[in-house]
Amino acid sequence: MERLPLNDNPAQAQQQQQQQQSSQQSVLGPSGPMHPPGPPQLPPQMFTTAAQLLDLTDKKLVLVLRDGRKLIGVLRSWDQFANLVFQDTVERIYAGKLYADVPRGIFVVRGENVLLLGEVDLDREDEIPTSVTRAPFEEVFELKKKEDSQRKRGDKKRYTELQALGFEPEHSGEILF
Amino acid sequence: MLFFSFFKTLTNQTVTIELKNDIRIRGILKSVDQYLNIKLDDVEVLDLDKYPHLSSVKNMFIRGSVVRYVMLPRSEVDVGLLEDATRREAANQAGKAR
Repeated sequence: MERLPLNDNPAQAQQQQQQQQSSQQSVLGPSGPMHPPGPPQLPPQMFTTAAQLLDLTDKKLVLVLRDGRKLIGVLRSWDQFANLVFQDTVERIYAGKLYADVPRGIFVVRGENVLLLGEVDLDREDEIPTSVTRAPFEEVFELKKKEDSQRKRGDKKRYTELQALGFEPEHSGEILF
Repeated sequence: MLFFSFFKTLTNQTVTIELKNDIRIRGILKSVDQYLNIKLDDVEVLDLDKYPHLSSVKNMFIRGSVVRYVMLPRSEVDVGLLEDATRREAANQAGKAR
């Protein structure tokens, strides 16, 4: 990929997209007289949500949601808002130095809840860091419940103190872990 | 759309992204889209011990809405050019408003 110039005009890009099927001739027409000929640019369709997610389709991914859940599964479908369909999903719960896997199945996730998608390196997926060990689900779940309520209490205390000082807590109204 | 174009000029540079949940991720910027969703290659998670679920991840799609900061290599940012582009954009917007 070459370095790209900064001076591309959104109007021009849109026009390019619209006219892609028909022809490219009027790109430098009435709307684009002030564009100096820069270095060649990648086509605008390289820089779309669709192009980014296309590479990840049918791969094993880690999906981190806004509520802190970690899902591991195969991405089967998606749209321009990053709404996703996951197949053969396993939820991995972490608490303290423990983790447990819970089989979940198919997920349809609304895009706004997505934090990130990571492609799992299949050569390294079994290298679990030594800082965590696998434990039975019940044990991890209990520990997680305890951790969650502790964090909630801490957050609440911080928020009340901040509010008393006249601050709106950071990303309030938005759940984020 | 200025920042979309700006990030496009930074493709293939190493950047560090801080998310709103404090995770910091360094990687090679591969792609960006209109929502400033970002794709990173060869990722390295800073403070990996706190985020063990990201240990075997090699590349990543980050939703633009959860990004707090993007840290850029200073040498790759042409501040003068960016200033000019910002003024031009502002002039365009003012022109449209009238």
